[in-house]
Amino acid sequence: MVSEKKKQSVSTSSAPLKQKEVAEVVPTGPKILGVKLDTIRLLLQVIIFISIAGASISSRLFSVIRFESIIHEFDPWFNFRATKYLVTHSYYDFLNWFDDRTWYPLGRVTGGTLYPGLMVTSGVIWHTLREWLALPIDIRNICVLLAPAFSGLTAIFTYFFTKEIKDSNAGLLAAIFMGIAPGYISRSVAGSYDNEAIAITLLMATFYFWIKAMKLGSVFYGTLTALFYFYMVSAWGGYVFITNLIPLHIFVLILMGRYSHKLYTAYTTWYALGTLASMQIPFVGFLPIRSNDHMAALGVFGLLQLVAVGDYVKSQIPSKQFKSFLVISLVLTITLGIIGLVGLTTLGWIAPWTGRFYSLWDTNYAKIHIPIIASVSEHQPTAWPAFFFDTNMLIWLFPAGVYLCFQDLQNEHVFVIIYAVLCSYFAGVMVRLMLTLTPIICASGAIALSKLFDVYLDISELINANPEEETTDKKKSTGNRKANIFFILLSKLIVLLTFAFYLFYFVFHCTWVTSNAYSSPSVVLASKNPDGSQHIIDDFREAYYWLRMNTPEDAKVMAWWDYGYQIGGMADRTTLVDNNTWNNTHIATVGKAMCSSEEVSYEILKKHDVDYVLVIFGGLLGYSGDDINKFLWMVRISEGIWPDEVHERDFFSERGEYKVDSEASQTMKDSLMYKMSYYRFNELYNGRDASDRVRGQTIPASQAPELNVVEEAFTSQNWIVRLYKVKDLDNVGRNLHSATQFSKTEQSKRKRIAKKPVIDLRE
Amino acid sequence: MVKKDAKISPAVASSIKKATGTSTSSSTGTLASATPNSISQPITDLVNAVNTTYKSYINSLTPRLQLIDVFLAFLVLLGILQFVYVILIGNFPFNAFLGGFISCVGQFVLTVSLRLQYENSTSDKTETSIDEIEAEEEKSEDAPKSNSLFESISPERAFGDYIFASLILHFIVYHFIN
Repeated sequence: MVSEKKKQSVSTSSAPLKQKEVAEVVPTGPKILGVKLDTIRLLLQVIIFISIAGASISSRLFSVIRFESIIHEFDPWFNFRATKYLVTHSYYDFLNWFDDRTWYPLGRVTGGTLYPGLMVTSGVIWHTLREWLALPIDIRNICVLLAPAFSGLTAIFTYFFTKEIKDSNAGLLAAIFMGIAPGYISRSVAGSYDNEAIAITLLMATFYFWIKAMKLGSVFYGTLTALFYFYMVSAWGGYVFITNLIPLHIFVLILMGRYSHKLYTAYTTWYALGTLASMQIPFVGFLPIRSNDHMAALGVFGLLQLVAVGDYVKSQIPSKQFKSFLVISLVLTITLGIIGLVGLTTLGWIAPWTGRFYSLWDTNYAKIHIPIIASVSEHQPTAWPAFFFDTNMLIWLFPAGVYLCFQDLQNEHVFVIIYAVLCSYFAGVMVRLMLTLTPIICASGAIALSKLFDVYLDISELINANPEEETTDKKKSTGNRKANIFFILLSKLIVLLTFAFYLFYFVFHCTWVTSNAYSSPSVVLASKNPDGSQHIIDDFREAYYWLRMNTPEDAKVMAWWDYGYQIGGMADRTTLVDNNTWNNTHIATVGKAMCSSEEVSYEILKKHDVDYVLVIFGGLLGYSGDDINKFLWMVRISEGIWPDEVHERDFFSERGEYKVDSEASQTMKDSLMYKMSYYRFNELYNGRDASDRVRGQTIPASQAPELNVVEEAFTSQNWIVRLYKVKDLDNVGRNLHSATQFSKTEQSKRKRIAKKPVIDLRE
Repeated sequence: MVKKDAKISPAVASSIKKATGTSTSSSTGTLASATPNSISQPITDLVNAVNTTYKSYINSLTPRLQLIDVFLAFLVLLGILQFVYVILIGNFPFNAFLGGFISCVGQFVLTVSLRLQYENSTSDKTETSIDEIEAEEEKSEDAPKSNSLFESISPERAFGDYIFASLILHFIVYHFIN
C-alpha cells in the first residue's frame, strides 16, 4: 500500500520524468509480485532517486545551454579565482595565501578570511578525477557544475530528513520539491559557484543526522552530525544558524519537560566535537568560545549537564525535597550565568553581536548604522510576491504541514516547528535567507501533501468495508451503498485531480521561473533582436579582456566594489575594493573619489596609485544595474566616514529629486562619476541632446561634461563598461585643468578626427 | 536509575555552601515574618537529598561502572588542573590549552554518554537489586520510557560508537594543538 501511494504521488509531481510506467506496475500486486515486495520497493526508490537527481540537475542547466559554461555574477568569481589558486598551489599555500592584488594597498589575508569548504571540495573532485579516474577536466567546468551536482545530493538528504519526520512518502515528495523549488535553484544554477551551493546540502545533512541522533540517542550519529557541522562551518557563514537552532531545539524540549538521556547524549556529543572542529577553520578561529552568537550553544551545553544531574537526583529522592533542591540550584545558576555573560562581554572576552545579527532583529538597523550592508540588494527585506514566486503552491501547504507537526508533537516535530518559525521570520527580513527557508517549506509542504494523499488515496477501506456491509445490510441498502461509494470515489477523485493539477503546475512554474529569472549569468547579458532571435551582449568580458591585454600587469584599477571580484577574476588586475567588504573606510574612500569633484578625486586617485578607473554605464542600452543608479550608495557610504565633505542632499536637484538631466545639481554634475558616465555621450547623438534610457532623462548637449584629470581609455561596444586612464602629473607643472584646455585649443581638429574612428570601429 | 558520576558529590556539596548563603539572605528579605524553621527546612532537605542520592549511587555501582566513574573523576581533575594552570601562569599557547581542556570536556561527555547507555542496557537486570521504593518511583515516573530508551543500542554498539567518537575527538585535538 505504501509503495503504491508513493508511486502515484511522485509520478504526478515529476510528470516530465518517466514515472508513469512505474505507477502502473505496482498496484497490480500489493502483496507479492513474484519478487519480494521489498526488493521492488528498493528498486523503485533507487529509480526515483536517480530521476529526482536528474530532474534537479537538468533544471539547473538552462544557463549553460543558453549561454555557455561560465561562472556567474560576482562572488563566484572570487571563489573561482581562489579555487584556481588552490589547484595550482599546495593546500598550505592556499591557507596562508596573502592576496596583494586586492584591496590595494592593504592586501587581504585571503587564506584566513574565507570559508575554504567550497574550494577544497572542488579541488578534491578535480584531483580525484584527474589522478584516479584519469579524466583531466578543466577546473572551470567542475566549478560550474558543482552546484547542480550538489543539488541532487540535497534532494536525497531532504528525503532522509523528511522521512525521519513523517515517512518515506513525504520524503519522496520533499525530495522532488527540493530538487526543483526556485527558492533553492536561485542560488544553485550551473555557474553559480557560491558557498550556498554546497551549504544547503550540508545544512540538510546536518539536520538529518541531528534528528537521527536525537531520536536514537546515538553517539555515532551525534559524531556524524558534528562532522557535517564541521563541513558546513568550513563552507558557509550561515553555520551560525545551525549553531543556534539545535540548542534552541534542546532548550525548548527541556522547557517542555521532555528531557531524556538521548538528548544529553546527542547534544553533548555534537557540541563537544562540533565546537572543537569548527575552531579548525582559520576564519572562524576562537569565535565559538568568544562571540555572543555562539554563547547559546555553550549555555545549553551547561544547562544540559545541570539538567542531567537534576534528573539523576530527582530519580533518587522524594519530590518535595527535590523541589527545594531545584529552586536553589536554579536561582544560583541563572544569576551566575547572567553575571558571567555580562562580565565577560564588558571585559571584552566575548565579542558582542555583529551588525548583521542586529539587522536581523531591527530591520532599520543596517540602514541607519551600516550603509554597506543595507546597500546589498540581497540584504533587503523580502517582498511578498517573492515567497510565491520562489515556492509557488508550497507556500500555502507550508502552514498546513506545520500544523500537522503540532498535531503529532514528537521531538522531531518540535524541531520542524522551531525551524519553520525562525526561518519564516528571517526570510521576511532578508531576501537571501529565503534560501534557508526553502528546505523547510519543501519538507513541511511535502508532509501536508502526503498526509492528504494518505487519506485520499486510501481505497483499501472502501474495498474492505464493502463486502461486510453488504452481508449485514443485505440487499436493502446496496443501492444506497453504491451511491455512497460513488460519491466517496468522486470526492476523492476531485481532490486528487486538483492536487495533481497543482503539482503539474508547480513543475511548470518552477521550470518557467528557473529558465526566465535565475539562469542569467549577469556577466553576459541577453536581449532579443527585433526578429525574436537572441542577441548576446558581452560588454563586460570585452572590457575585462581589454584590461588584461592592454594594461601593465601591475596596473591598479579602481571601480565600485561590486566589480572587484570580476576584475580580479577576469582581468587579473589589482583592485582597490571588492565584494569582500571587510574594510568600510577603504570602500568609503573609493566612494568619495567617485562622488567628489575632479580636483579632490585626483588627489585620492594619486594617493592610491590608481591607473585606471572603471565605471558601468547603462544609459545607452537601458541596463539598470549601472553605477549611476548605485551612486547614492557611494555617497551615503562616504558620507558615513566624511560627514563634513560629502552631503547626500547636494546630489539631489532643488526639488529633492535624483536627476541627471538639466535639473541635476551642481555637485552632481561636478562629480567624477557623473562626468565619466556621460563623457562624450552626446557625440553618439551627433552633438544633440542625448537620452539616458535607464532613467528616461535627457542629457542636454550644452552641459556635456569635460574631463581633465582622466582620459578615456576604452569604451565597450554598448557603452556598458567605460575605462578611464588617470593622467600623470603634467610635465611642465601646470595643473591638469589648464593643461587640458591648452591641448584642446592647440590641436582641437586633429584630436577630434583621431578619436572618432575609435567609435566607428566599435559601432 | 543511576546517571551520574563521582563528580556530582563535590559539585553538589559546593553548591550547598553557596546555596546556604543565598537562600538565607533572600529568605530573610522576603519572608521576614516566617519562622526560623522554614529557613532551615530546605537546607536539611538538601542534605537529605544529597545523602540519599549518594547512598543509592554507591549501591548501584558495578565494577564496570566504577571503572568509568574513576575515569570521569580523572578527567575532571585534569580539566581543573589545566584551568588552574591557565589562571596562574597564563594561556599563552591558547590553542594548546583549548585543545587540552576541550579534550577533557569532550571525553567526559562522551564517557557519560557511554555510561548512560550502559546503564540503560543493563538496567533490566540490575533493577531488581535496587531498592524497591526506588523501582516503584521510577515505574510511576517514566519506567516504560527509560527501559526502552536506548533500545537500538547494545552495549557493544555503544562501546563502538564511543571509540569512534573518541578517535575523531582526539584526531581533531591533535590537529588543533599543532
